[in-house]
Amino acid sequence: MIALITSILAITLRAGTSLIYATIGEIYTERSGILNLGLEGMMLMGAVSAFATVYYTGSLGLALIVSMLTGIVLSSLHAFLSITMRANQVVSGLSITLFGTGLASFLGQRLGPASNGHYLIGLIGEKFTPFAIPGLSKIPVIGAVFSQDILTYIVYLIIPVAWFYMYKTKNGLNLRAVGESPQTADAMGINVYRTRYIYTIVGGTLVALGGAHLSLSYAPGWTDNITGGRGWIVIALVIFSMWNPSRAIWGALLFGGINAIQFRLQATGTTISAPFLNMLPYIVTIVVLVLMTWFETLNKKVGAPAALAVPYMRGEK
Amino acid sequence: MRFVFEKRNTVSKKAFVLVPLVAFLVSLFLTGILLVVFKANPFVTYGSMFVGAFGSWVNFTETLVKAIPLMLTGIGVGLAFRLKFWNIGAEGQLVFGGVTATWVALFWTPFLPVWMVLPIALLFGSIAGALWAAIPGVLKVSLKVDETLVSLMLNYVAILIAQGLYYGAWIDPKGMGFPGTMMFPKSAWLPRFSGRAHVGLFVAVLLGFIMWFVLNRTKWGFEVKMVGQNPKAAKVMGVKIGKTVLSAILISGAFSGLAGAFEVTAISHRLQQGLAMGYGYTAIIVAWMAQLNPIASIFVAVLMAGLLVGGDQVQMMMGLPSAMGIVLQGMILFPMLAGSLFTDYKLKIISKESPEASV
Repeated sequence: MIALITSILAITLRAGTSLIYATIGEIYTERSGILNLGLEGMMLMGAVSAFATVYYTGSLGLALIVSMLTGIVLSSLHAFLSITMRANQVVSGLSITLFGTGLASFLGQRLGPASNGHYLIGLIGEKFTPFAIPGLSKIPVIGAVFSQDILTYIVYLIIPVAWFYMYKTKNGLNLRAVGESPQTADAMGINVYRTRYIYTIVGGTLVALGGAHLSLSYAPGWTDNITGGRGWIVIALVIFSMWNPSRAIWGALLFGGINAIQFRLQATGTTISAPFLNMLPYIVTIVVLVLMTWFETLNKKVGAPAALAVPYMRGEK
Repeated sequence: MRFVFEKRNTVSKKAFVLVPLVAFLVSLFLTGILLVVFKANPFVTYGSMFVGAFGSWVNFTETLVKAIPLMLTGIGVGLAFRLKFWNIGAEGQLVFGGVTATWVALFWTPFLPVWMVLPIALLFGSIAGALWAAIPGVLKVSLKVDETLVSLMLNYVAILIAQGLYYGAWIDPKGMGFPGTMMFPKSAWLPRFSGRAHVGLFVAVLLGFIMWFVLNRTKWGFEVKMVGQNPKAAKVMGVKIGKTVLSAILISGAFSGLAGAFEVTAISHRLQQGLAMGYGYTAIIVAWMAQLNPIASIFVAVLMAGLLVGGDQVQMMMGLPSAMGIVLQGMILFPMLAGSLFTDYKLKIISKESPEASV
């Protein structure tokens, strides 16, 4: 039994890692008042660019850098459209997703070696492998926390750092001010446009890293739609975490846990057919969303930035 | 002298035509750069895409085959978008419509007069699409739950339901394990007029014109516009916002459901892999490029279908990925969105002396 719980916890953390990167990224973006629905496309692009890089260079570090650059480019595009051009943020985000999905699929059919018909699908490359931290990994059950790959260990650091930065630093205060009331922030001398640009791009970088974790560790390799809707689930997780980085862990654990249980059930053989089992994360997302919204109306305040998705124009009310 | 952007009260007519056109050209240009990077000649590629999609009557009928679901989902999605209800669940509504039409075609045929099978299948497909859209609709109207996520999540659920059925309960016992249901009886086949192009085309075009008429000439259409543009004013004027939103969402879903019913009754004649082709997502591009105008959606749908068919063509002829067409489509919205600054705002030049300069 303990072995089972340990293994479920281990898979949960592995599956949750990409979600946490992306959730924290999107929390930062949304806190500045920019809604980015392009996550699914950005994660896919992060995943495909990371895998292609690692396949040709064998360097995992370079793969991470390339995927981050991809995230920077795509989120800059979103930032430009929604901040400078004041476009509708929902549609701009959707465009990033549609474009990212298409381009990732195109690259997956084109970047591979000629011997594989230029396909990336079915190739094997370097991957991040879990390594145990001596001593700590021997603790029963909790040991699972300390037998992960490096990207998961980094997550343990990112969560407190992201929380500290947002709530305990001047920059974090400015960030929240811009998302709550850009007019006031502007009057206080904060550059609203620059702040929004910075955190949209920082957020996009983390989101792409989340995608890279999928193709470099969780499901090494490339397949079309490797994300399977994770980019959308993350948008629900941001609401679930009430825009607070320290709570990002719970949603990720919940959904990572669902993945882990699916894994176990399918491995042990079950009478529930696979398609119906696979619906679980999507249905849970809807249920979580309904509960959170209901909770919000009861408590009045959950923490959604007041100026979320509202374009800002100096001098316009 | 300085420049300011001033919000327009009405959308400029010139911009309405010009912005999508320029957006398309910019998309061709940007994708062209991508093609050059991958050592393909963009002119040759676009040439063969065009020939593949519009070069002959046979090819054009294939473009129409794909244009039909894009018209219906595009018009449906566009209606929801008018209300700022971000229904991105057209894919799921289409699939659920297809599943329900399959249910009628497979299991009701023995109990219905022959002439009734097809109309009932199409009707139930539409109703199913409407019900699938009603889930995010009701949640939004009653609890203010974010409709974007709910409608999107339901896409995955609908696709998995369809899979569960054609791999499981509804699998053709004589299909030797091939995932798919039995072939529908002939009475449930929607007639085709040329190649695989079917009479659904006329229905879709007609519905586009009807939708335009309803939006521009009826009280309900007026209410939809008002709720979309200024819900507060609409409320003051006594419009029941929840009712307007919900009715529009049901219709939006019904359009996609009908598209799914057409796909199974006219194209595949069974439920199988390939019903979820991404039409529901392309519909977003159709609706936005047509600037939510149902009649314009008809033409944009043909263009987008052409890109899909052309994309398949360049894969066969030049070995380029078929995702080519999807990349082109995905690119279009960016210049569109950037251009919306010019449709929604007008550039105003203010000289220093003008009193407005102090703004």
